[in-house]
Amino acid sequence: MSLLEVNDVHTYYGNIHALKGISFTVDEGEIVTLIGANGAGKTTTLRTVSGLMKPRNGTVFYADENIHDYEAHKMVSKGIAMVPEGRGVFGKMSVKENLELGAYYRNDAAGIRQDMEYMFSLFPRLGERHSQVAGTMSGGEQQMLVMARAMMSRPKLLLLDEPSMGLAPVLVDSVFDTVKRVSQEGMTILLVEQNAHMALQIADRGYVLQSGEIVLSDSAKNLQNDPIVQKTYLGVD
Amino acid sequence: MTSIAAKNQQGQVQSLWKLISDESQPYHHILRMGFLAGITLLFLGLIGMLEAFNEREVIRDVVTLAQFVLFVPTFAAAYMAAQRIREEQSIGMVLVAATIIGLLSAIPTIVILLINTQVNIRDMFVHVNRDWLEIITFDNRNQLGLGIGLLLGSLGLAGLLGAVLQNLPQKIRRSVIFGLSLMLVIGVMSETVGLIMQEIFTDDFLDNFFKRDTLLLNSAIGLFVFGVALIWVPDKVRRSFVFGLVVAMVALGLRNLLLAIDSLTSIIPTSEEGFLDVFLYFLLPFVAGFAGRLYLEYGSRDSNKAKTDTKATTSTGRPIRVDLIVSIAILLVAPWIVGRALSDVMVTIGIFVLMGIGLNVAVGLAGLLDLGYVTNYAVGAYVLAVMTSTGPLGLFNSQEGVIVNFWMVIPVALLAAMLAGFVFAVPVLKMRGDYLAIATLGFGEIIGRLAVSDALAPIIGGAQGMSFIPKPELLGFTLKDPEQLYYIILVACAITLIVSIRLNNSRTGRQWMAIREDEDVASAMGINVAQAKLLAFTISAATGGVAGAIFAAKVGTVFPNSFSVIVSINVLSLIIVGGMGSNPGIVVGAIVLIGLPELLREFSDFRWLMYGALLIWMMNNRPDGLWPSQVRRRELIGDDSSPPADESPMMASE
Repeated sequence: MSLLEVNDVHTYYGNIHALKGISFTVDEGEIVTLIGANGAGKTTTLRTVSGLMKPRNGTVFYADENIHDYEAHKMVSKGIAMVPEGRGVFGKMSVKENLELGAYYRNDAAGIRQDMEYMFSLFPRLGERHSQVAGTMSGGEQQMLVMARAMMSRPKLLLLDEPSMGLAPVLVDSVFDTVKRVSQEGMTILLVEQNAHMALQIADRGYVLQSGEIVLSDSAKNLQNDPIVQKTYLGVD
Repeated sequence: MTSIAAKNQQGQVQSLWKLISDESQPYHHILRMGFLAGITLLFLGLIGMLEAFNEREVIRDVVTLAQFVLFVPTFAAAYMAAQRIREEQSIGMVLVAATIIGLLSAIPTIVILLINTQVNIRDMFVHVNRDWLEIITFDNRNQLGLGIGLLLGSLGLAGLLGAVLQNLPQKIRRSVIFGLSLMLVIGVMSETVGLIMQEIFTDDFLDNFFKRDTLLLNSAIGLFVFGVALIWVPDKVRRSFVFGLVVAMVALGLRNLLLAIDSLTSIIPTSEEGFLDVFLYFLLPFVAGFAGRLYLEYGSRDSNKAKTDTKATTSTGRPIRVDLIVSIAILLVAPWIVGRALSDVMVTIGIFVLMGIGLNVAVGLAGLLDLGYVTNYAVGAYVLAVMTSTGPLGLFNSQEGVIVNFWMVIPVALLAAMLAGFVFAVPVLKMRGDYLAIATLGFGEIIGRLAVSDALAPIIGGAQGMSFIPKPELLGFTLKDPEQLYYIILVACAITLIVSIRLNNSRTGRQWMAIREDEDVASAMGINVAQAKLLAFTISAATGGVAGAIFAAKVGTVFPNSFSVIVSINVLSLIIVGGMGSNPGIVVGAIVLIGLPELLREFSDFRWLMYGALLIWMMNNRPDGLWPSQVRRRELIGDDSSPPADESPMMASE
């Protein structure tokens, strides 16, 4: 049974038809990636799943519940956590305050403390800098912080929007290592990424988006070897 | 041939221009500062500011405020220029440069002066008149040559003095500046100071220092010397001295308070001649406070020495606790020290502090730029008016009897304002930033129109407004004067301040801060953005309603023109000037933006000019406000205090 099932979703920006009937599934424990060029509709898809945008048509099922008209803030309590594009740390707050906000909807102080310790063990760098103002940290550290913050809500499904954006090449590797590790902890991950090469390396399955439509879907391995994908997204001649 | 000459000339002009415009050249700076100071000086004259300032004397028969202000631009320009070029230039050069700045600053004014002898420019600039001429020629209007010479000489001297002051050792500089400011402030405010002193000192005695509410030369010099000395004595002595003064003020305030209550007048001893008063209510408390504090300060140093290692918190804690007690005491008796006129100003400041704290919830905490805050103020005022007025429009009360009193209406006004805040928030929930600001601006206007409209006139009086609002009563006393109304506003401010601080550190407060930083991310954290915004607008509105009700009770009448957009702008400005999101900042901002203009009423023509100049200066030089909040401060200096981390691999184990 799929954890997330998106059926024929149409989303609009005003009159602009951004998603033209998108369907895909994410199974429990998987890393599924959406790849595609700029403006293909990857971020729109994530915003639709996370409730920041409402689809005009179609359904979004999460754990057998139709969630497509839920408000974004309700998704968190359902177990869906989103790491938005461009990182989105609360720049004027400390690392610790950021993490506390990640656990905003929870009420178990002891559990939150425990999870925070766990995050600090997963990302020791954050532990060292727990009282630093988030906005003054490096891009890589901010990316760690937003991922840790998302996990503070104890989600079942993690939506990652372009985690490698704007990072130095060395850091891109470590971001994907992190994603992989988080997945090994049992998290289901939907990853939107322009860096198709890296995304397909860690993902189980992938979907290729083009102008608001899914044009290709296969296992990550097959997509890596697909001539069209190679030519268009991986830059292999 | 001609073309070569022209080219040559062009080249010369160009190189001269280069000399002036090249920022690395000191000439550039000198010319610019001199020109700026000169234009400022001319401007102050042409708009009539010097003329208005000439009315107020700083030192009797010696210096008027205008003569003081005359030198300020030049002095400041020379001071700043000296600060900038002292690194590269010898001291002699700096002094020469400053003098040149002083001379340059006289030129625009002199030019206009000379033109005025040929052409009558008074048709264009009404303030080019006799008063202006006398100020800038130092009363030598008829001997223009001498006047111009004096102006050049004195401005040159002012420039020189500015540079000299800049080059003095820091402590001397500080003490001179403090002494001058003390003299200036007491001089300008001498009427108020005189009023306070009149309570216990006899007129004959005060005549030695003030004449017709203006400082005499000897007391001005005394103040200057005293100010300089105050910087030079050890910190502990200075603190003790100030403490003694404050204690004396508290004693004086207590005395006046008891005298004001008829039944208690007989309890306290007073004398006709005033000697007993001076001793009992000024000298004795002052000496006691001064000596007691000295003992505390030096005693604590001894105990510090005794236990060298432990940073003795008790010994430093005691003066702080004493400070707190005395601060509360002075807040409690303040209106009885400063008298009626200043109490009135304090009540007005308090009303704006109340609104500032409220608006700060929306703007400072939740980042919702609300330009329609006057709405809540108006709702509070009109609710009180309608419910308590004994006039024809009063809903419950009439001349015959009062059923509903001030205290019953305060909660109603609060709830009504909250309801208004809630209702107006609903349509703007989806808006952000600039769009929100414009929409809320619209609401403020709507309320203003409604207040004057004929449709509502049968209920709230339309353009006629409402009157016959009774004063609040408490335990049989009618709180009719500003001195008494002060306590209502003090209590209201204290309560809202506590609520605001609690909110600031609460889960709700954190939720607002998250929304302020990024609405999308906040909702991704599970925060219900719409609900949080509604809550922010509603809570923010509450204090506006209370402020409006107190305002209506204070004035006794409510007119629609009291509720213009300028109220919203004032409240927003005081938050920004004080320091966005900072509670102490709101108080400081209200004192500066609301209190000072009230004190300097006679310059009210220039009130908005000074207001605007202050805002521009603030945003350029102190964008974080006069008293920034911790979060803001962290944000603005964060880069220095914690260097950005180097890019390094993310995971601990790889």
